[in-house]
Amino acid sequence: MRARRRRKPASYGFGFLDENAKKELRRALLKAVAIPGHQVPYASREMPIARGFGTGGLQVTLALLGDDDTVKVIDQGSDVSVNAANLRKFFALVCPGVQETTRTTEATVIQTRHRIPEQRLRDDQILVFQVPYPDALVVVEPNAAKRREMHGAANYARLWTKLYEDMVAFDEITISHRYPTRIARHYVIDPSPIPRWDVPKLHMADCLYLFGAGREKRIYAVPPHTPAEPLSFSDVPFRVEDFNDEHGHRRACAHCGATDTFLDELLGADGTKAYQCSDIDHCTQTAKAEPCERSSKSAA
Amino acid sequence: MSYVAVRGGAEAIAQSNRLLDALRALGGDSAAIEIDVIERQMPILHGRVLSEGGLYHPTLAALALKQSLGDPLEAAFMLRAYRSTQPRLATTPTHETNGMRLIRRISAAFKDIPGGQMLGPTPDYLQRLFRFDLIEEEPQTFRDIARGWLGNLPDAALPTSFPKVVDALRGEGLLPQAEPCDGEPFDITRAPLVFPVPRSASLATMARGETGGLLALAYSNMRGYGDVHPTVGELRVGYLPIKLPHPVTGELIEAGEVLMTECEIIAMYEDTGTSDKPVFTLGYGACFGHNEVKAIAMAILDRSMQAGLTHGPRNPSEDPEFVLLHVDGIESMGFCTHYKMPHYITFQSDLDRLRTTQSKHQAREKETTDAR
Repeated sequence: MRARRRRKPASYGFGFLDENAKKELRRALLKAVAIPGHQVPYASREMPIARGFGTGGLQVTLALLGDDDTVKVIDQGSDVSVNAANLRKFFALVCPGVQETTRTTEATVIQTRHRIPEQRLRDDQILVFQVPYPDALVVVEPNAAKRREMHGAANYARLWTKLYEDMVAFDEITISHRYPTRIARHYVIDPSPIPRWDVPKLHMADCLYLFGAGREKRIYAVPPHTPAEPLSFSDVPFRVEDFNDEHGHRRACAHCGATDTFLDELLGADGTKAYQCSDIDHCTQTAKAEPCERSSKSAA
Repeated sequence: MSYVAVRGGAEAIAQSNRLLDALRALGGDSAAIEIDVIERQMPILHGRVLSEGGLYHPTLAALALKQSLGDPLEAAFMLRAYRSTQPRLATTPTHETNGMRLIRRISAAFKDIPGGQMLGPTPDYLQRLFRFDLIEEEPQTFRDIARGWLGNLPDAALPTSFPKVVDALRGEGLLPQAEPCDGEPFDITRAPLVFPVPRSASLATMARGETGGLLALAYSNMRGYGDVHPTVGELRVGYLPIKLPHPVTGELIEAGEVLMTECEIIAMYEDTGTSDKPVFTLGYGACFGHNEVKAIAMAILDRSMQAGLTHGPRNPSEDPEFVLLHVDGIESMGFCTHYKMPHYITFQSDLDRLRTTQSKHQAREKETTDAR
């Protein structure tokens, strides 16, 4: 990601943002990496896609991309879902020279909404998250100034209380996604609306995870080889989504047969349900690699 | 079950964009609306877009309205996004509005004010009755309106400068003296709001805030969730000459003028807990375009937030964080529409939690029944 010449696509500059904006973003990113899990405020710019559609992730990606990069965009694990397609179209317009891919292994920068790819990312890859709520404490404290103090003091008592109250009311922690996760044993982050399934992937990863919240104007990071621990009690372990059927058998993907991936539940018009991998690239590769196994599985 | 249909991506977007564009053209053989027609004949809407977009570019604001099929939120959003591509070139000095070329100026505080009241164009005293003849307005009749107006203008030239009502009150010691503002103003386009924020950040945020958002919060104060009880000291609408430092000499030069609305509201004196002489308090509102509701609402919120800073917020309109983080139309509209995007994954997670909790609930029920 070296410094690069300015190119000219139509009337907008390379990377859309003006150079000072990109410089500011890179500074915020460096600070975020230096203080894992700390939310760094930055002057988020308005983007030509709406707030809430990934403007935070988009600004981070634009500040990173150079013409030697290969970018992948996923939304709900899919490269062709409407928002991913729209963002990819935007990159093609304002970042000429940048390669596009749908293959996880080929990408240097992956922008994602709501998923971490199933395949473990390498140390030369960056995953950029689109973040609606950057602060895990917002569920217990609406005031931002107070939340900042609580983070500074690593005071997460009210989050623990919320988890405890869940146990009392439901005998189960009800947080489904955006699971509060403690980074490097200090700051608790909102890991963006990824399912609990993806949270363990944050722990001691090889790749760099960057989080951009455009509307809320915060950037934070989970650097490689950093502990990331979902909040849990010693007698109530953290649990990921359960994909077992009523008989306790792990459901398999109807397309590739995988039994170790996060599955989308698809409803048919006739009331039937089918299950398929949400990570489309992983599913496609698995199906290609194991066609025989798949046919035997679907026959079973 | 179709696998592909769920992930229809790029092609669906392309067709949707085409259809949206077709909406402009379908159902009639009339010509495309011209940019300057939007600017001239819908100046209030146009001004609102300039103001909420936070960029005074009349041509692009009109184009944005044309492209967005008349949606002021979308149009303001387009201007904002364009603004992100532009560097900041200079900072203007503080502008006094005495020298504004006024089209309207009123005070609700005094019957007569220095320079006089000037009603100007306002719908305030309009009976909101339809003029059915405007459904089919003849070009000739339309042109005659302007001709008729211009032909009857009085010869007497208007004064070029109107003294401010609040200056007279300051002179009498009824209002606090204006604090000098020599420091750099807070630039909300270059720094995020981290609370507490200076008043310049607050005013800038409201100046490009969404009219309806500001109005709703100000109205909550007017109704009783607060007690500003404002008197409109002065409301002025007009063209303000903008002075910029010359890029080489640094000398101030007039770069053009902007149409804007400015409002100062006067509120009752309050216990400041100090031994200072009691004085009325002020609230200030200003925005691009002719938008009196926005300027008044902003002035009320400025006053209520200052009161909140003095003795702690007692209701939402006195809490700067509550007000300033919720009045931006681009942000709130974006987040509102984002709920239409796929949320398959998070909903799958929600289902997992509910089903697990339900099965535990069921098991407990069974235990209870069995125990009986």
